[in-house]
Amino acid sequence: MTAAIEARGLTKRFGTTQALAGIDLTVGPGRVLGVLGPNGAGKTSAVRILATLLKPDAGTVTVAGFDVVTHPVDVRRRIGLTGQYASVDEDLRGVENLVMIGRLLGLSRSDAKARAAELLEEFELTDAGGRLAKTYSGGMRRRLDLAASLIGRPSVVFLDEPTTGLDPAKRDDVWEMIRTLVRQGTTVLLTTQYLEEADALANEITVIDHGLVIAHDTPEGLKRQVGGQTLEVRPADDRDLDRVTALLASVGTRAPEFPAPSLVSVPVAGADALTATVARLHAENIAVTELSLRLPSLDEVFYSLTGHTPAVPSATGLVTEGAAS
Amino acid sequence: MIVRDSLILAQRTVTKMVRNPEQFLDVSVQPIVMTVIFVFIFGGAIAGTSQDYLQFALPGIIVQTIMTTAMTIGVNLNSDLKNGVFDRFRSLPIARSAPLMGAVTGDVVRHSIAIGVTLAFGAAIGFRFLTPWYSVVTAIVLMIVFAMSLCWTSVFIGMLARSSGAVQGLSFLIVFPLTFGSSAFVPAATMPGWLQGWVAINPVTHVTDAMRGLLVGNSIMTPGTSVGGEVLWVLLSCVVLVGVFFPLAMRAYRTKL
Repeated sequence: MTAAIEARGLTKRFGTTQALAGIDLTVGPGRVLGVLGPNGAGKTSAVRILATLLKPDAGTVTVAGFDVVTHPVDVRRRIGLTGQYASVDEDLRGVENLVMIGRLLGLSRSDAKARAAELLEEFELTDAGGRLAKTYSGGMRRRLDLAASLIGRPSVVFLDEPTTGLDPAKRDDVWEMIRTLVRQGTTVLLTTQYLEEADALANEITVIDHGLVIAHDTPEGLKRQVGGQTLEVRPADDRDLDRVTALLASVGTRAPEFPAPSLVSVPVAGADALTATVARLHAENIAVTELSLRLPSLDEVFYSLTGHTPAVPSATGLVTEGAAS
Repeated sequence: MIVRDSLILAQRTVTKMVRNPEQFLDVSVQPIVMTVIFVFIFGGAIAGTSQDYLQFALPGIIVQTIMTTAMTIGVNLNSDLKNGVFDRFRSLPIARSAPLMGAVTGDVVRHSIAIGVTLAFGAAIGFRFLTPWYSVVTAIVLMIVFAMSLCWTSVFIGMLARSSGAVQGLSFLIVFPLTFGSSAFVPAATMPGWLQGWVAINPVTHVTDAMRGLLVGNSIMTPGTSVGGEVLWVLLSCVVLVGVFFPLAMRAYRTKL
């Protein structure tokens, strides 16, 4: 079957910055591709080219069977785009935002209203639909933004960092909505700075850095490649630090590290290590304030793949991984 | 299709204006302030009595008001471009120019208010329309057409400038010599020769003369000009403004990230 998104040798330069240095991306129909990379890796440039907002300097791209450079209008009829910054019109009500997009997509006034009502319902915004978008919380804006990109029932949806800046609960809401979208058969390309997010949503993950693909694999394959999960324990009493370190050394695959004062972390092979650790903490009567099993952070992924941490640090970091424990 | 999309987007512009009524301050208060300043402060000194000056200057004040009103669109679009809504418009199967055309069309509301307020306030303090009603209607329509054409220079600046503050500064630099270096507020006869040369070719002089002819009559127009000729001149300058600045603005919009 032909791919829903197919990019070959994509390059783009802005002045002296080589944003994309020859990227290949392939997404099968109804599949989800996670594009993982730090700020400045080229994720947004790639999405903007795929969504016909930018022209590539070189390379070919087809989306939903049409070339983005020669047939941009055909592509635009079949795609939805949710930008990095929720692109809703703040001075319009929620429902007005959706109706306007519907009308621009060629729906009649009544059809646009019906479709808007349907999407507000689906995204749990019915009660807020009559309010100005500027009164919405961050999570509501994202949902409205996502709803706006789905009005035309696109077969391909681009989500550029759909959860950046959201707290974990709101992020889970957005994830659930993306999963619903995928169940309905939509092809999704999402960019993210969090392996956890790509792991939760994507069938395959492409890691990019400095405008180049540095890895492409299934989430499982990628996790195997970068060393699986990390177990983190913070004892309630600093005097237990040595005992905790010794305990983690025995369950981990490498020597424990100290990412923060009184926080011990160690890479582990699987979830069994968590069960074992809990049992032994209990047996040794060590109280802890934090105990979490998490996927490697982007920095760790990069370190495993390239031997260096990303050049541009992930500046936002609003979702503190592992904080949920 | 492009007309329909532009109108939908014009409606967006108007809705945003209504939700931010402070956007109407410049088009409602400014013309009144300008009229008061010119008529009551300078008027007597320039024309002998305020009343005589009002009759001469009001058409010029309308032109000046429209110039500043038309220049605000670039400021608004410049900040609008940054909030991401234009990315969505770009990803929709609509004409690339529709969002800009919509903004220019929506601004007709602001131009209409500016013209209406100036004429109404002028009439309240004694301005007399000495031409038939259809001449007055023609004057209003001509002014709106000129404003919409002039908007494209501001749209172009708005697409090029890095910040909306820069747009404002640049627009001021353009509007100031155009309005004051014209016959909008004083007849050119007392000016030095080199300045008279500029006044004669300055489009604002011709727009003002057309307005004078349409609202008051030939008596206060620059000697040797006719209403029909000046109206034609204004329409031609509209064609030139759109012909030059629409493509430039579109090119800048396309390449703007």
